[in-house]
Amino acid sequence: MAENERILYCNCTYAKVVPEATKREVLKALCSSGRPFNAVADLCEMSARKDKTLGELAEVENLKVVACFPRAVHWLFSGSGFPLEKKQVQVFNMREKPAGEIISDLLETELQEADSAPATGPAS
Amino acid sequence: MNRLEQKTVKVVVYDGEGSQSISAEESYEAISGLLNNGFTVARITSKSELGISNTTPQLVLGKFDGKQLNGAESGAGASTVRLSEFPSSDPNTVSEIAEQYRQEQDAFDHSSWKPWFPVIDYDRCTNCMQCLSFCLFGVYGVDDEQQIQVQNQDSCKTNCPACSRVCPEVAILFPKYKAGPINGAPVSQDDLDREKMKVDISSLLGGDVYSMLRNRSVQAQSRFSKERSSDKALNERKKCLDKLKQDIDIPAEVLMSLPSSDEILEKAEQAKLRGEEALAAIRNSPNSSKLGSS
Repeated sequence: MAENERILYCNCTYAKVVPEATKREVLKALCSSGRPFNAVADLCEMSARKDKTLGELAEVENLKVVACFPRAVHWLFSGSGFPLEKKQVQVFNMREKPAGEIISDLLETELQEADSAPATGPAS
Repeated sequence: MNRLEQKTVKVVVYDGEGSQSISAEESYEAISGLLNNGFTVARITSKSELGISNTTPQLVLGKFDGKQLNGAESGAGASTVRLSEFPSSDPNTVSEIAEQYRQEQDAFDHSSWKPWFPVIDYDRCTNCMQCLSFCLFGVYGVDDEQQIQVQNQDSCKTNCPACSRVCPEVAILFPKYKAGPINGAPVSQDDLDREKMKVDISSLLGGDVYSMLRNRSVQAQSRFSKERSSDKALNERKKCLDKLKQDIDIPAEVLMSLPSSDEILEKAEQAKLRGEEALAAIRNSPNSSKLGSS
């Protein structure tokens, strides 16, 4: 896992716009990964409540958000008063991408990083 | 207090030092159940990630075997943290434990509101105030700098995307909407062309949808006075509502819950006035070149 990384998973609980199977597979994979993560019932609701958790997440250096369209995610954070710096954030869209692809991109980074990491610490 | 300002609780599934391991299946069952009941959850593997807060009550679930988790219940936020034994025999009961905790804390009841409201894409918004002028329900407002804002999310009518249909810049999203670009999908040139056509619906309807209602109302009254037929009145209303539903996708439930024509017109006038006031304030401000450019 990259340093200062955080994963945020949105369950979109109150709507049926994200395929249930995709949500189930991604959440199972997260639980199996052993990684820490944040899971929210509904990012829209948190944005409307201006939930301070969004502020904490917006400050994370490498934030990965598993939710819906990136444009929606960015403006939901912005609407909550905690805008995201777009360069910091990766958004995985469960409305359009298959679970397998999301899981692979979300969780296998660690393996790729391990494979490509220099043996003698970080480059100067 | 606005219900959206009510405090919430956070549930932490702790799987780290000082506790026994929670299996992936148990973890999934518990977290899935919590999310489906509206809770915010953090799965953490280190005490340092507990993020004790002075304000957000936290229920920390783990296999502690009755032992204390040193550091978790002390310090500045001690009163907001409660440790609870993870129910290994039935992870589904985690939601019941969390719900009991929520009630004790008198925290926000997530089942009380379906989060449906507009979200503004400020990369596209030109601050033209059409949404403010259009919305009958006071969802929009302006900040101190006369920038359009969504201010009363819970006043929005569930499943109604009508304001996004009058936005000439496709700048209003409803993330739970069925189709793009209103759901947040990228905006294409075709979308822009289509939106411009939709704006022309306004002229098709005689200036704006409220003008249409007004004209139809006047025409209907004229006819009723001659014909005195309640059936005609109902048919006219139905035709009008069907047209609105078809053209700007307002759900039938929302249309049927609208107040009388007179009240609609009054609210529409108020909304229009708010929009005009905001635009006037922009014109009079030193930064007027940046705002209200559409």
